[in-house]
Parts: sequence; C-alpha cells; structure tokens
Amino acid sequence: MRLQFLADGVLTGAMIGLGAIGVTLTYSILRFANFAHGEFIAWGAYFALLVASALGWLAGGAAAPIGPFSFGWGLIVALLVAMPLTGGLALALDRALFAGLRERASSITIVMASFGASMALRSALEFLFTSRPAYFSRELQIALPVGAGVRATPDQLALLGLATILVLAVHGLLTRTQIGRSMRAVSENPALARVAGVDVGRVVRVTWLLGGALACASGVMVGLVVQIRPFMGFDLLLPLFAAAILGGIGSVPGAFAGGLIVGVAEASAAATVGAQWRAAVAFVLLIVVLLVRPTGLFGARE
Amino acid sequence: MNALCVRDLVAGYDPGVPIVNGASLTASAGEIVAVLGPNGAGKSTLIKAIAGVAPIRSGAVFLDDEEITRLPAHLMVRKGLAFVPQTENVFTTMSVEDNLLLASGILPSGRRAERIAEVYDLFPDLAVRRRLSAGRLSGGQRQMAAIARALIAAPRVLMLDEPSAGLSPKLTEAVFARLGEIRASGVTIVLVEQNARAALAIADRGLVLVEGRNRHEGRAAELLSDPRVAALYLGGARA
Repeated sequence: MRLQFLADGVLTGAMIGLGAIGVTLTYSILRFANFAHGEFIAWGAYFALLVASALGWLAGGAAAPIGPFSFGWGLIVALLVAMPLTGGLALALDRALFAGLRERASSITIVMASFGASMALRSALEFLFTSRPAYFSRELQIALPVGAGVRATPDQLALLGLATILVLAVHGLLTRTQIGRSMRAVSENPALARVAGVDVGRVVRVTWLLGGALACASGVMVGLVVQIRPFMGFDLLLPLFAAAILGGIGSVPGAFAGGLIVGVAEASAAATVGAQWRAAVAFVLLIVVLLVRPTGLFGARE
Repeated sequence: MNALCVRDLVAGYDPGVPIVNGASLTASAGEIVAVLGPNGAGKSTLIKAIAGVAPIRSGAVFLDDEEITRLPAHLMVRKGLAFVPQTENVFTTMSVEDNLLLASGILPSGRRAERIAEVYDLFPDLAVRRRLSAGRLSGGQRQMAAIARALIAAPRVLMLDEPSAGLSPKLTEAVFARLGEIRASGVTIVLVEQNARAALAIADRGLVLVEGRNRHEGRAAELLSDPRVAALYLGGARA
C-alpha cells in the first residue's frame, strides 16, 4: 500500500491542529464554541497576503524563492506581521461582540453570535478580495523522497517544522509560564482563579491573541500548499471542532494530536474509499473515540 | 487596631433577596474570629462578599482602615486579604507546586521562590507531594494545600469558609491547630464554621449570625457558656 496519503494527511492535520488549539483554548477558557474561529484562519491568510504583496512591491527581492522553497523572505516577514494582526482581530471581535454578551447573555446566545460574526467576516473578505482564489506563490515545487516511498515538497517539510515549533512553544507557554498557569487555572475554575489573584480579563485577552495568531499560521500554511479563498477557514471549521473534541477540550497537545488524526483519517479515506468520504471518516472516528473515551484522548479525567 | 472592619453589609446574588442583611464584623490584628450560625444564616455569603466574589448591595469593608468594598477579587489578594473557599479550593488538574506558583504571581518575581519555600516549611506534607496533582490529595491534604495557596500571598487577613467541612474530627483538629500557628505568625483569621464548638475552642471572639444579621457577639469563652447560644447553635447539651 502506498503511504503517500500519510504525508498529505500529516500536513493537513498540522494545519487543522494549529487552528484547533485556538478552538480548544477559547472553549475551555471562555466556555463557548467559537464558530468564527475558521474566519481567523482566512483573515490571517489575507493579512499575510497583503503584507507579502506590499513587501514584494516595495522590495523586488522579497518574493524571490529562498533555496528549494516556493516563497521568499517577504512571506516570512508577512507571517510574523500577520500573526499579531489576526490576534488583534480576534481581540477586537471579542471587545465588540462577545465581551458584552458574556456579562448578560447565555452561552448559546454567544455561540449564535459567533455564527453571525463568522458570516460577516467571511462576506467582508469576499467583498474586499472577491471569491477568486489567490496564491502566495506560483512557483512549482518538486516533491522529494523522504523515505518509505513517501514524497514531500520542501514547502510541506518547512511548514511541518513551523507547526511543530509553534505547538511546542504554546505547550511550553502553558506549562512553564505564569500566564500559562493562569490560563489553565481559569480554564479549570474561574472563581478560584480570581481568588488566587489571577486577572481573568488579562487571561481572556491573551487567549484571543494566541488563538488568532495560531489561526493565522494555519491560514498561511493552507494558503501556501492549497490556495487562499474567503471560504478556506469555514471549510476547516468542522475538522477544527472534531480535532479539538477528539483531543479533549482544553488540551493543547490533544488538539494538535486530534488535528493530525483527523488529517490522516481524511487522507486515508480519500486514498482508500474515495475522496467523497473524507469528512464522514473523520466524524465516524470522532464518534468512536467519544464512545470509548467521552472526555477525548487527552481530556481531564474528572 | 482593626485589621478587618465590615459595616452594615447587605449582600446576595438576587438584589431583592439579600442573604446578608446588615451584618457587621470586626477583627483586630492577630485575632481569630469565628462566624457561626444556623444553615442559611448568610455566613458563607458574608465572607464571599468581603472577598469580592459575591455582590455587595450596601455597606462597607475596610482592611487596615483602607476601604476595599467591591474591589475585584483578584485585587483583594494584592491588598492582603486572602480567601479559602469551602469546596473546589485547589486546582485539581495542576500539581501542588503549580497551585502555589500560580498564587505567587501577585508577588514580585524575585520573591516568589522564597515565599513558596517558606510555605513548604509550614506544610512539610505538601513539600513531599509537590509534584503530585492536587486532585489526588486526600481531603485533609487538600484543605492544607488550599490554605497554603492562600498563604503564598502573605496575607494580613485570612478568611476561611468551613475548613472542617468533610474532614474527620482528627483532621479538623489538625487543620485548626495549623490555623493557630498561622495566627501566631501575625495573620488575622476570620473563620466561618458549622462546627461551632471546635471553632470557638481556637477563636478569640465569635459572632453568631441569624438571617443575615448579628444575633450574638462576644469572647469565645462567653459564647461557649451562654445557654442561649448553646441551646440554639452549639447542638444542645455539651458532649
């Protein structure tokens, strides 16, 4: 059996995983399912596209490919600029919409509001950029053999490296820093966190910044290996939630592992039973895991 | 000097139905004050309101003569007022050490490790279990961890909501003995208790709350020997 689907699945899984970390953090810390999270992925990609285009226009060499990769230094700078921008967008959406609702409304109202925000953000992208796909690069890439008959492009390997670094960084932040401990504390017991001196407002702000920034990284990855479209984030929404739930809500390593499992399951479905079964296979897997382990793979056991 | 002074406090979650209805409380520096009363008297709501976790409708709270009424809970700790809730008072998904590290966040970063070491000296049982998830501690250890967490902030006033809840008489005695040591180090303690006899045994003064108001107040020994108090709230005849 050809194992090529593994490489594709792992890469898709890494993109889903990065997005799912944001979903799992907002779910566990703010206690609602944010259906607008997919839009942060799309907006992140477009932010990066704008910055990369501006750099390419200002400095001719910005778009020139580095070594075997299809992108130039302009895209790396664009990613570093777009990540905080997307975090800022998430923060602004919270200020404008969710913060007021948290005080007065039930959580289902907030979920519905996030659905509305999702549509508005997506339509804004279609209005600004049309629905025609855009690309970071039009360079062709040759896939290199990486062993066991599997081939991957240099871009795919670089992006996998980026995703791994980001996940390790977030995991380190959560387990080894004061703000990370505060986030875990608010996620477990907000009332006790306050009593212990945690400024919950600050934790909420950091959660949005972090979730937005990771969504942006995910969007740039999708943009680079597939294409940039206003619907690119929305199309990932169900896999994002599947990954977050599969890994166990609140668990960062779980969300990333969940992303990889969903990605590989989808790719193996496409390779064996046909591409139309992609989404179905991911959800059957989700249901099976939840039947065996209702808290998800890495969920708290209490 | 009054370390804590609460005047005519009205508090509760529903504005129309105050649970605490004009209660007052004072605690002098280094004193242990026990807040007693029947179920539903508003004891817990009183200290939750003081700590900033239950809404205050009217009245005032002073800490060392500085008004702290309605200050958000996370700033109360910084002022020197620590609170140990009755249940869910440790982060069960975090290690004992992470519970203490979290609480040390309000201290200057240079002081954190030193303060945690000081608190471990007070609670050697926790020091050996520092890597253990707090959810796996026994009931007594968990209560100690909750108290240790509150002490990290080096508070001037420590408030506890029923620290004996769910503990055996022997463990209750151990927790109360520890509170005596904490008081000896200069911390003022306000203690809400169902277990009135045990609380009055270590307290300097007591306050009996009924329907959200002060009913009896006095030295602990006086309350213990007051037949009205004994009949009503100390569970009848002495054992």
